[in-house]
Amino acid sequence: MLFDSYQTQGFHDEMFDATGNPRPEARLLLETIQSLDEGQLLRSQRAAERLLLQMGITFNVYGDSAGTERIFPFDLIPRIVRADEWEWIDRGLKQRIHALNEFINDIYHGQKILKDKIIPEEIIRSATFYRPQCAGINPPLGVWCHITGTDLVRHGDGQIYVLEDNLRVPSGVSYVLENRDLMKRTFPSVFEGLRVRPVAEYPDKLLETLEAIAPAGCAGTPTVVLLTPGIYNSAYFEHSYLARQMGIQLVEGRDLTVEDKVVFMQTTRGLRRVDVIYRRIDDDFMDPEAFRADSLLGVPGLLEAYRAGNVALANAPGNGVADDKVVYAYVPEIIRYYLREDPILQNVPTFLCWKDTDRKHVLENLDKLVVKAANEAGGYGMLVGPHSTAQQREQFAQKIEANPRNYIAQPTLALSTVPTLIEDHMEGRHVDLRPYILYGKDIHVMAGGLTRVALRKGSLVVNSSQGGGSKDTWVLSPPREGVAS
Amino acid sequence: MIRERRPLLSRVADSVYWMARYIERAENVARFIGVNLHLQLDLPLAPAHQWQPLIDTAGDTEIFKERYGEASEENVIRFLAFDDENPNSIFSCLRYARENARSVRETISSEMWEQINSIYLQIQLQRASAQDDSLPEVLRSIRLSCHMFQGITEATMRHDEAWHFLRLGRMMERADKTSRILDVKYFILLPSPVNVGTPYDDLHWAAVLKSVSGFETYRKQRGRISPRQIVEFLVTDREFPRAIRHCVDMAGESLSVITGSAAHELKYPSERLMSVLRAELGEIQVETVVRSGLHEYLDGLQTKMNAIGDSLKQDFFALRHEERTVNRSSQSQWQKSESAPA
Repeated sequence: MLFDSYQTQGFHDEMFDATGNPRPEARLLLETIQSLDEGQLLRSQRAAERLLLQMGITFNVYGDSAGTERIFPFDLIPRIVRADEWEWIDRGLKQRIHALNEFINDIYHGQKILKDKIIPEEIIRSATFYRPQCAGINPPLGVWCHITGTDLVRHGDGQIYVLEDNLRVPSGVSYVLENRDLMKRTFPSVFEGLRVRPVAEYPDKLLETLEAIAPAGCAGTPTVVLLTPGIYNSAYFEHSYLARQMGIQLVEGRDLTVEDKVVFMQTTRGLRRVDVIYRRIDDDFMDPEAFRADSLLGVPGLLEAYRAGNVALANAPGNGVADDKVVYAYVPEIIRYYLREDPILQNVPTFLCWKDTDRKHVLENLDKLVVKAANEAGGYGMLVGPHSTAQQREQFAQKIEANPRNYIAQPTLALSTVPTLIEDHMEGRHVDLRPYILYGKDIHVMAGGLTRVALRKGSLVVNSSQGGGSKDTWVLSPPREGVAS
Repeated sequence: MIRERRPLLSRVADSVYWMARYIERAENVARFIGVNLHLQLDLPLAPAHQWQPLIDTAGDTEIFKERYGEASEENVIRFLAFDDENPNSIFSCLRYARENARSVRETISSEMWEQINSIYLQIQLQRASAQDDSLPEVLRSIRLSCHMFQGITEATMRHDEAWHFLRLGRMMERADKTSRILDVKYFILLPSPVNVGTPYDDLHWAAVLKSVSGFETYRKQRGRISPRQIVEFLVTDREFPRAIRHCVDMAGESLSVITGSAAHELKYPSERLMSVLRAELGEIQVETVVRSGLHEYLDGLQTKMNAIGDSLKQDFFALRHEERTVNRSSQSQWQKSESAPA
């Protein structure tokens, strides 16, 4: 019934193989779904959507009329990841974050990698998120990227690639936790028999990471706060959610004040010192004295307090230099340079428009490639060649010619699909996967992540701002020793 | 004083206080409208005559005149219940309450948030679809939802400093609303001595009591309808939950828990003002007040309560960089206007 007309349509499907047979890891889930009463799945789907609205699990849409909130659409059919594949992803992510952290630290200290001509110095100087103000800063434990949300995709060749690193202020982890919760509330029977690895320990691990980076002089349990731009930010739900889950104070810039390079929050009983700030505000808006002077969201003097070692910031300002999509193209080199290892996870082949040969190729193949601005996120500033009009391609050609440094291009990936409930039956929809990686005393990768799904038929853009939804991600446990799997 | 493991942010205290005030305000407005709808069925006068006082009670005479001109049942209800440009409409109050709740979700319980969110979603729907004949039911369900919020608050939130700010806000708002209802009705009734003592007069006074859910309690306590008795009941009763003295006492108790001051050395200006007001309410002679002018008395009372509100702001809510926040007030601080004096 639900799956009667299901077609993988030549894409790599996460649940069915090319011949249309269920993959071994998906078999039990499929049997369970097929044993449900007619209509039960649909009812569960509706119940889940109602719950999301009631619980106020919404995001704000920019550019829409003020105060418009939407639920992030949720689809009940999970994405399943095999234990052995996850083990490989986990190792690959740890390697990548380790190397990227070394890279960022080098960029703000000796810049060995530039002197050794692995990356052209000009690329760094012109990176939008390179912050010369951060040169010479020594963050606690030498860690710059405490929380990362790496975007992974699977192409038609079955291979997993890293699409973006998202080192700055990655969001979405609250949906991972709420999705799992929702699945358990609306659809408990499906969990039976499948050994899905839990994700619930994430807030604990996050708090552990944040406490681990407290400034050296901090005695006792550090005071950790989460700094939000406020209730109109698109990710406000997440800020509030994580603060609640960790039991820490959610603060806005106006709650904080800096005196003698020490950060305080303003309480009904006067000022209280703050040791660690998990800031969910971009570098630019964090401190009007150090960065954008017109920012009203930030805390004047914050960077000075940080530089003086009186407060820790996660993520460290300046780490966005590695989010530049041109720098991304060099990550395999970065891994080899700092770790002397071959990369475990592959990059998507990337054409750099500032190179004359690459640019020529890109301009000649705009209808086949995906073009991205080097410093945009959220699916903005992007051209998906095969889905574009001649006029859009012309516009992008002009943009590329005018500012080649700011554009890269990649082959259009045939993102893998997962069955998704569309009206009353299943259709394949394209997905990506964003696991979350924490880096404090050591590196921890959450077992799972946010599976985003492009709900529009044929669409490859999974961003919530562009009609994307999400799914629960089930990473299976490795088979128990001595037990036949 | 409560010793907290985690101190309460000034902004959070402010938001919790206003969240409580807005919920209370919404519930009060719903009750006024409901009682008036009921009352006018018994009155021979032109209906419009009965609706203008509701606008005056809410303290929005000016803005109403600007937007609608002459009062009619239809436009008064629209203005008071659903108009998003009226900052004191039920809809606006619930929206502000929700915005405040959203900004302090980590301080209040999840159940409280879900209840406020569901009241808001409910009124959004009703606003789009409300028909005249369903209005009494809509108002009743809003009232019940607000009561449910109070119950959920009692049952799920720790009675910590934030809870006391919440109760402080609720009680200050309630005292203010009771004083306004009394003021407006008294003001309207007195100039027409013709009707004094007639069945219509009694109906009006009964409606005043019903507006504060006090009709049955009054009957049990005081018996026959008598304006002087009603004033005394609504101003000085210590046990009736909407009597001004009761509300101010509760507000005062919460404030002392918050400050932790000993009775003989009050540290904050707000608690000194509160203490003076409590003492005055304890000594009030209703005969004298009625003779020398109830309106003047109630006006004075509202001024004192507003002064306490201003003082709370200075003592607990104000931020050091208030000047920095002025510019973004439209963006992230829901404006917390005291009702203009009626």
